[in-house]
This record gives sequence, structure tokens and C-alpha cells, in this order.
Amino acid sequence: MKFLRNTLDKVKHDFEKGGKWEKFYYVYEAFDTFAFAPNTTTNPRGAQIRDGNDMKRLMMTVIISMIPALLFGIYNVGHQHFLAIGEQADWIQKSLIGLQQVLPVIVVSYATGLGVEFIFATLRRHPVNEGFLVTGLLIPLVMPPDIPLWQVAVATIFSVVIGKEVFGGTGMNIVNVALTARAFLYFAYPVNMAGDVWTFIPEGAKTVAGYSGATPLALAANSATSGQNVVTAMEKFGEGWAEGIYSVQNLFIGFMPGSVGETSTLMCLIGAIILIATGVGSWKIIVSVFAGAYGMGLLLNLLGGNAFVLMPAHYHLMIGGLAFGAVWMATDPVTASQTETGKWVYGFLIGILTVLIRVFNPAYPEGIMLAILFMNVFAPLIDYFVIGANKKRRLKRATV
Amino acid sequence: MGKTIRLKKGFDINLAGKAAAKFGGTDQPDTFVIKPTDFHGVYLPKMVVKEGDNVKAGSPLFHDKRNDKIMFTAPVSGEVVEIKRGEKRKLLEVKILADKAVDHVQFTKYSDSEIAGLNRDVIQEQMLASGVWVNLIQRPFGIIADPSETPKSIFISGFDSHPLAPDYSLIFKDQEKYFQAGIQILKKFTTGKIHLNVHSDLPSVYTKVQGAEVNTFSGPHPSGCVGVQIHHIDPIGKSDLVWTINPFGVILIGKLFLNGIYDSSRVIAVAGSEIKDPQYYKTYTGASVKKFLANNLKQENVRVISGNVLTGYRIDKEGHVGFFDHVVSVIPEGDYYEFMGWIAPSAKKLSVSRAFGLLSFFNYKKEFVLDSNLHGEPRAFVQTGVFERVTPMDILPGFLIKAIIAEDYDEMEELGIFEVIEEDLALCEFVDVSKHNVQEILREGIDLMLNS
Repeated sequence: MKFLRNTLDKVKHDFEKGGKWEKFYYVYEAFDTFAFAPNTTTNPRGAQIRDGNDMKRLMMTVIISMIPALLFGIYNVGHQHFLAIGEQADWIQKSLIGLQQVLPVIVVSYATGLGVEFIFATLRRHPVNEGFLVTGLLIPLVMPPDIPLWQVAVATIFSVVIGKEVFGGTGMNIVNVALTARAFLYFAYPVNMAGDVWTFIPEGAKTVAGYSGATPLALAANSATSGQNVVTAMEKFGEGWAEGIYSVQNLFIGFMPGSVGETSTLMCLIGAIILIATGVGSWKIIVSVFAGAYGMGLLLNLLGGNAFVLMPAHYHLMIGGLAFGAVWMATDPVTASQTETGKWVYGFLIGILTVLIRVFNPAYPEGIMLAILFMNVFAPLIDYFVIGANKKRRLKRATV
Repeated sequence: MGKTIRLKKGFDINLAGKAAAKFGGTDQPDTFVIKPTDFHGVYLPKMVVKEGDNVKAGSPLFHDKRNDKIMFTAPVSGEVVEIKRGEKRKLLEVKILADKAVDHVQFTKYSDSEIAGLNRDVIQEQMLASGVWVNLIQRPFGIIADPSETPKSIFISGFDSHPLAPDYSLIFKDQEKYFQAGIQILKKFTTGKIHLNVHSDLPSVYTKVQGAEVNTFSGPHPSGCVGVQIHHIDPIGKSDLVWTINPFGVILIGKLFLNGIYDSSRVIAVAGSEIKDPQYYKTYTGASVKKFLANNLKQENVRVISGNVLTGYRIDKEGHVGFFDHVVSVIPEGDYYEFMGWIAPSAKKLSVSRAFGLLSFFNYKKEFVLDSNLHGEPRAFVQTGVFERVTPMDILPGFLIKAIIAEDYDEMEELGIFEVIEEDLALCEFVDVSKHNVQEILREGIDLMLNS
């Protein structure tokens, strides 16, 4: 390691003020601090020792929590592919197909995103933000398996520039960056983001007899008009080619079509456990999103109406991207509510809104994305009231 | 009866190298120093003596230009050998080469019964002239108390919860008499109560004292910070004034009136993982650490800190202990690179977080050897909720710090800047993942409020 350190030290002066590559200091800094935790010491005044935690470690912990969902997603892409074309395959073949579809998306997402980060760091003279390490993996996980790579690139650039850098970088942004990427594609290229895109079927390949690429959310939305009981519709789905694909058990485990990382509620829960155990993600937000969605589902069941309204509340927690959104999107500390009380309200409203959008807005079957983006915008308002209450308590004390 | 207050939030940092309960027998240090920078709210220190003058313990060195009654006096007798100034001629240090035996300025002596009959003016005059006054600190702002004000109450934190804290029951041993007299004197300044706060588990000062309300705290650091205690017992409202003083200051007052001298003799702990023989030393205010560290360091690349590791400041190996400090902490300097240090698992780094690879949470009770490395790079605020976890007050430190950075006066006031000084939020600085200098920012905010 000494050699690497020496090399870095040797070129360092070129990047410092007055050096020939002065402009690229933050590019150098990013690589240097990636290889070695810096030798910076604390100020002569103030805390002389510091906590061992830093931003890079914080972000890496989030990435680690996503790995189960990522691995499952890769396997599942292959699994769904072979189900749809009606061929038998072992897990290696499935994983290979999955890798072939998912890996390029990850590479494109990181390459373009980090490219933009480095360009902005150089132009705007700020350090390269670790935040993108998480965003760069979140984006592939919320994409359909067959997304054109150029769209991934465009969406990533859009979300990093418009979603984050125009506000000043990580920590300053208002809406979740990864969700911005998805929302951008959703509205800009709806053909690639809706309908039967959730299973990878190569061009010209024949699908198995009776095949349908409908997701549980689509089924549920259909039942609103057809009047068919959602549970029956789901249990019947897949007859002849994928028995029981939408059974409660499988909805939970997640061998079904969908975005790469979102199908498995189980993997999302494992991620949630990692985030909560490490204290990196807010358990209050995760719990309250689920609670809000479940509560709203129950309330709708009571009120009654069409078949979708009557869908058992726990289905809401397992279909679509709710679990994924609750665990990794809603908990983004920058865009979520920043007060502890506010986090409860914020999460709860995300849950409620998700179910409301799903059930009552047929144009957007996936409610969680819009619900989180919406609440991102409102999080400062929630905080405003929580802070206001704190101020009031202080004022009250002054008069007595 | 005082109150009992249980605090849950906070974090105890357990460092290696605690001072053993014994005294080192070194000779007295040669030089003693008074640093105006140890005090807040001094407009401009104006020298009374010049280099070469001889002073006695208790004779004035300088006073505040705006209030010439507030005297800063010599802790020992000797010759003023250096008046050190920094940029723009800012006064940094007044150094005294000490005599072999301390010669005191004689002030008026009183008996216990006489003290009870004294009025505030007489007391104040003597305290100001002798230099004992500057131990009184006013909240809000943490500045030297204004002699023309009357505080609504006076707070004394009777224990120290900081890392490597000196044992109060040892460093203030056998001083009950003076402490009691000090309390009697302090009672003349306020119509309200004098609160003496002790800890249920930590060594605390005399709980049997009369004339003070004794409140019991429990829970981790920062329970020993007087700002936290005020917040829970008698919080500061908009136009309130509260004074605080540490037990040493109370004892100084007692000695001034019972013995008629400014007796700055004090016990300091020289502690930390890099000290061979961590123990206590009997010396005077502002002592040079040179003799305490001679042949007492395990290695040379160390950081010597006057005070504790959370709120203290770096001094040279030949530097001097600060006015308010009873401990010198010596830790390894953290000026090293660590390969992949941002992800490598470690049980040696202390963290309140359980993020990947930070294993210290398995055993917080263990004694840690911590160095001065920043462990990361400064970043924008990202993580939320951690400041609140280590701040046992109904205050939102994150938002307060942001209000200060934005220089929003109204917001600072509404968010409670009057209730805190640096030490109260020192743990926030320790835990901050984005590595902000929280204490420095807070002092900038307090200065803004002071000057507005």
C-alpha cells in the first residue's frame, strides 16, 4: 500500500492550488480519499476526537443492505424470462440471463452518474458526493429488466443534474434522486415503463401459451372495472404456465415480474433489518409507511366500493414497489422529514397516499413513486410545524 | 429538597489512561500563564503590568477595557516575563516566572459569622479586585458575569461527565469549609436559588452543603454540562439571566473571604492513553505542562490538550493549562492515512453508529484509545436524528446550527441559542458524520447574537 500512497503523494501537488491540474483537485481528492482515509486531524479548538463514522461508510451500509434485493432481482429476471418462454433452466442459466440484463444497467447508471458528478465537482468546485454511490444502484433496481440502456443514461443524467446538482449537490436536493430518474422515464418514455415490460422477452422469442405479463398491480387495477375479486384473479393467474405465481406466499417471496429489485417483499425486509440494525435508515419511516398503507387499505375495505377497494389490505404491502420504496426511497435522510416526530407523519402519509393513488387513479397504477416524490416536497412543511411546536414550548416557558 | 432528573440521551466516551488516585511529586512548574482567550465576552484586554514587573498572587495583570473593574490577576507571585500577542496585537498570554514560594496580595479576611452580615457591594468589590470574579459565567452566551446584573439563579455542576474527567471527590478534597463559605457569598447575588447538581453514580462534590438546593442527575454525558442542567431545572427564558460557576470557583471565593487571599492552588489530572503514569498533580492555575510531561510520554507524536477531549484545546508540550481546566489529556495525534479506512471494519474506532464495520457498539464499556484523526471528510448535512440522540434537551441542534450558518437571528433565538454554549453541543460535533465544527459554528452564532 506504501507504493500507492507514495504515488498519490507524488502527484498531489499537481492538483493543489497552483499545480498544473489544479482544476481537477476534487477528482484527485475523490480517488485519494477512496484509497485512503485522509490524515486530516481535528481543529486545535473544539472536539479533539471524532466518531469513526463518515459519509462513505454510511452510504456503503445502504449499498450493503441492497445487495440481497439485487441478487434476488438478478436471479428473478432470468427466472421470469424462462417462465415466459416456457423453457426449463437451472439457476446458473437464470442468473446469467439476469446478469446479462441487469449488469449493463448498473454499469451505465454508475458510469453516467459518476461522470456527471465528476464534471460538476470540477466545475462547481465541490467534493464528489458519496450520495451517488447509493443512487447509482437504486436506479437499476427500479428499472424494468429490458430497459434500453440509452434511456438509463438519459434518466441518470437528468436526475443527477436537475434532481440534485442544480440545488448544490447531495444534502441540498429536494426530491429523491433515484425516484426522479424513474419518474422522468415514466413520463418521458411511458411505452418502456408501463404495460408488459416487466419480463425480459427477447425480440422474436415465442411466449408460452396463455402467457400474460400483467403484474399484480395491473390485475388489481383491472378488477376495479371488471368487478372480479382481486384475490381470485391473482390466484387464477398463471394457470397453465406459472401456477400460483401470485399466491400470497409468492407475492411475499417475490418470484414475479416487476422492476429488478422491487418484487421481493422478503428481500426488502432483509434490507430493512440491516438498515434498522445499523441505525442508518430510520425505522420510524419504514414502519410508518407500512402502517399507513395497511391502515388505509383496511379503511378502504370497510368503506367498500369496487373490487380493488375490497382487496385485502395486506396485499397492498406486497404488490408493486411499496416495500422497496418504504425501505430505500422514503428513508433517504436528505429528502425525508428531518425531525423525529415529522418522520412518523411523513411515512404515514406516504403509505396512505400510495394506496389512494393505486386505488383511485387508474392512470398511475404504481402509487409509491408519486407518493414519495409528493411527500419529499412536503417534508419541509411537516418539519416547519414540528419545529414550530418546539419554538412554542420555549416561548411558553418564558412567560411563566 | 432538590429535583431528581433522569437523562437518557447522551453518550459516555470511555477513554484509556484515566488518572490514578495518587499525586505526582514533581517540582512546581517554572511558568504560569493567564490567557484572555479562555474567557468569552472580554471586549479588549488592557494590560496593567508590563514585562519585567513583579507581581503577587492576586495582583492585577490586565482588565477588560470596557469594564475596568473586572480584573484578571496573577495566579502566583513572580516576574511577568512575557506578554505574548498574536495577529493584530491580540493579547494571547501573560506569562509569569514564579517565585519559589507564593506571596499573596492581602485582602480583607472575614470569619464565618462576619460573612453572613456582608452586603453585596463589599463582596463584589473584593471579588472583582482579587480576580475571583471571572469565575462567574453568565448564561445566555457563556460570558463573564456582568457585576451590575442580578441573576435569577446560580448553577453549580458538582460533577464532570466528560471523558477522562478528574475525580471531583479527590481534587476538591478537604475544601468543604471554603465551599460552604463560597455558597454563603453567592447567595448575596441572587434572590433565587443556588442549585448544586450532583450525579447519582459519578463522584460529586459535597452534597451536605447548606444554602444550596441539591439536585440529583443520572445518565450519560452531557449530564454534567451545566447548560443541560439549567434546561431541566430552571430553563432560561427570553430575558432571563443565570450565572454558573464551577466548584473550584466557589472554593476560590471561600478562600478569598476566609483567608483573605487569592489562592489559585489546584489539583489537575494529567491523563490519556499516551501518558506513562496518569495521575494528579498539585499546582496552580495556568501551570506549564512541561514538567508533568517530561519522561511521561509513551511516544512523541501526541496531541496535548488543555481540558478534556471534547471541549478542550491543543497546547504545546511546553504549553500551559487553561484557566477553567482541571485535566490535561494526551492522546495520539491522528495524522496518518488509513488504507480503505472508510470501509475497513474496526473495533478500535469509537462510534455511536452501528454502520457497517464499526464494531465498537459491541462493547462501549471497554477503554478506547482514540486519536485526533477526523475519520472522514467534511460534507453537507445528510444524516438526521443523531444530534438529537446525544442532546438531552428539548432543542433541535441540527436546525439551530443551520440557522446560525444562515445567520438568521430570529430563528437562532427561537431555536434556543440562549440555552446552549459549546460544551453542551460538543457531543454533536463528535458524532457528526458530515464533520462540521459544531462548537465553532455555535460560538459564531452566540457572538452574532451578542453583537446584535
